[in-house]
Amino acid sequence: MAAPTVEEIRANAYVGFDTITQQIEHKLLKRGFQFNVIVVGQTGLGKSTLINTIFASHLIDTKGRKEADEPVRQTTEIHPVSHVITENGVRLRLNIVDTPGYGDQINNENCWDPIVKYIKDQHSAYLRKELTAMRDRHIQDTRIHCCLYFINPTGHSLRSIDIIVMKKLSEVVNVVPVIAKSDSLTMEERESFKQKIRAELVHHNIRLYPFDTEENDEEEVQLNESIRASTLPQLVGSERNVIIDGKSVRGRKNRWGVVNVEDEKHCEFVYLRNFLTRTHLQDLIETTAQIHYEAFRQKQLLALKEQTNTRAS
Amino acid sequence: MSALQPSPPLQVQPVQWTLLLPKPRLDAARSINSKQQHSSRPQPILPPLPFLAALKMTDSYISTGNGDAFTPNGSSRMNGSSPSLPTTSNDAGTAPIIRKKLMGFVGFANLPNQVHRKSVRKGFQFTTMVVGESGLGKSTLINTLFNTTINPPKETLPPSAERPSTVAIESISADIEENGVRLRLNVVDTPGFGDFVNNDESWRPIVENIESRFDSYLEQESRVNRQKIADNRIHACLYFIQPTGHSLKPIDVECMRQLHTKVNLIPIIAKADTLTDEEVAEFKARILADIAYHNIHIFQAPTYENEDDEAIAEAEEIASKIPFAVVGSDKEVTTPDGRKVRGRAYPWGVVEVDNEDHCDFVKLRQMLVRTYMEELREYTNDVLYENWRTEKLLSMGVIQDSSVFKEINPAIRIQEERIMHEAKLAKMEAEMKMVFQQKVQEKEAKLKQSEEELYARHREMKEALEKQRLDLEDKKRRIENGRPLTPEKISTGRKKGFLRP
Repeated sequence: MAAPTVEEIRANAYVGFDTITQQIEHKLLKRGFQFNVIVVGQTGLGKSTLINTIFASHLIDTKGRKEADEPVRQTTEIHPVSHVITENGVRLRLNIVDTPGYGDQINNENCWDPIVKYIKDQHSAYLRKELTAMRDRHIQDTRIHCCLYFINPTGHSLRSIDIIVMKKLSEVVNVVPVIAKSDSLTMEERESFKQKIRAELVHHNIRLYPFDTEENDEEEVQLNESIRASTLPQLVGSERNVIIDGKSVRGRKNRWGVVNVEDEKHCEFVYLRNFLTRTHLQDLIETTAQIHYEAFRQKQLLALKEQTNTRAS
Repeated sequence: MSALQPSPPLQVQPVQWTLLLPKPRLDAARSINSKQQHSSRPQPILPPLPFLAALKMTDSYISTGNGDAFTPNGSSRMNGSSPSLPTTSNDAGTAPIIRKKLMGFVGFANLPNQVHRKSVRKGFQFTTMVVGESGLGKSTLINTLFNTTINPPKETLPPSAERPSTVAIESISADIEENGVRLRLNVVDTPGFGDFVNNDESWRPIVENIESRFDSYLEQESRVNRQKIADNRIHACLYFIQPTGHSLKPIDVECMRQLHTKVNLIPIIAKADTLTDEEVAEFKARILADIAYHNIHIFQAPTYENEDDEAIAEAEEIASKIPFAVVGSDKEVTTPDGRKVRGRAYPWGVVEVDNEDHCDFVKLRQMLVRTYMEELREYTNDVLYENWRTEKLLSMGVIQDSSVFKEINPAIRIQEERIMHEAKLAKMEAEMKMVFQQKVQEKEAKLKQSEEELYARHREMKEALEKQRLDLEDKKRRIENGRPLTPEKISTGRKKGFLRP
């Protein structure tokens, strides 16, 4: 039997159901939004500073080792930091997860395990809450929506640890790679570095956000391509303000010049911020729910079914 | 020559009966040494040995000529030196060093020039090693330091290429020349250090390389024919630290701890244009704190006494900038005000490599090339290599005979030996005597015993005989009693008659 074709009819008079968007908005405004980010990268690449810069407020402290007798931190200390930011009546609940001590040890084997475990734990917590008979109307969403992976600006290529970790992470979360501390690279170096990294990512089949799924039509695929071509932003982060031309902007001051964080010619911070907050925030949340969470859920439920089958038989 | 003039002990003065001399300290040679090094032209390296030997030679000459010390005119001496009282000899065993003053121009102040010419002819050798994670600008810095492209630009491997799994050691040599002075520069690179997921023991190939160079030098020294000794020991190791801004990473600490006893360590903050001024200062302080906490010994510029203030100030300045925050560049760029300099051009400004305000490259170059190259080489030779050699020989079972360190006077030695020998002989004699006496005593005792036995037996026999005789006489009487007692009586009568009163 053929599927019933859906015809589009135009109503004769104005009905008014187009206000549903506003109703939804109103509802959602009351509820507020939730966004969870995890930042992964070696110590000293400016992760905490960047988060503070993106959201223009002091959210997390830099976690470097300040004294000689402090022990090196272990990645087992993964804790989220929660903040609520309000802008124009829109409440955003922000969870930032920092990963101190990642990649710091001499032997970094399995340093990604705590991170992957943490992400999976969030998925499984959500799944459990979903499966209970009496569940809340609106489940607190602690699943990680976005992972910012910080790449060292060597200028040569990706390191083996980067490749391995990005591969592992891209299976469970949206990975957005960024190049940190890009004020150590000149313009030509940046371009060549980006090309090299992109070639390597393609070679190792690392799926980066945004993904191409089967549902996307031609146009969306094109759009994704263009996004991917322009991402891999080179970043400089700064919380402090410096004076350029009489205006106070965020930047870094050196003896030979001042780096303006918001200047597009200096670094691509603006792109990243727009990408994360202005254009793709909702998409990130949705992709997490639809793609990653679904994959996880599928695996878990199948495993559960097999368990019950083997127990029953 | 002009740099040699103001050396106090060798003043040229007219003939005088001056008994007091300014003491030429034996490290005066070294002060001339270091003074030359601090001047801006490439100066010759003055090995202290021939100079000191010259001093000693004149001294010993003088000491042998001491017999005529008190003739009124100094004509008996060839070099016209004025006599003087012998200064106090240091301690027993060393010949008293007599300080003399020159009275005319001799000309051995030309020695440094001779050495200079010889060294220039021979050429100099310097080996440095660069250690650090990839992408920190090691090759670029070497090119910048020596103003030549020693390291070719790195070709990038395609992503599908096999990555090496161990730290490789690569060595590049270059012969460069400046003002007639030839320098053979060896740079040892360590690609792959710190790049792997598991970096355990990534310093092992490096340490092994350093030790194998020491080994080969030791072997060359121990050869029969030592004419050609090629010195490719590592004289300096530049350790590159990532500019995180926080503190040293565990791999840095561990690697430095392995290396600091075997090579001169010079820590460097790479890519310092990522850090602002305050960040650089804080970072340096934290690195130094880390280094002190772990007791890591980095290369310190040695200072000598009787150096001029300028040199001391310079040395202090260099020392205060350790670890050096450097930026390297082998390209020339144009600054906004039109100058062409070596540097890096950013949209927000130009970092000049040669500008002391921007980075510490100039200081690093001073330390490494202009001022302390010879110090590094000397320290490697005298301290690091010697320590390693001692360890190695001890571990091979060579026992250190510490008596070789005393000054050997052969006659005394023989005397001592003779005394020892005699003592030994005397002891042996005494022992033998004792043994002999013991034996004699034993024999005597034995003999006495047998003598006594003999006597005893003799007595016994005598008694037995007596008894027998009495018996026999008894019997005889009895027999004679049967007869008239004539003979016996007579005999007895006679006896009696004899004995009758």
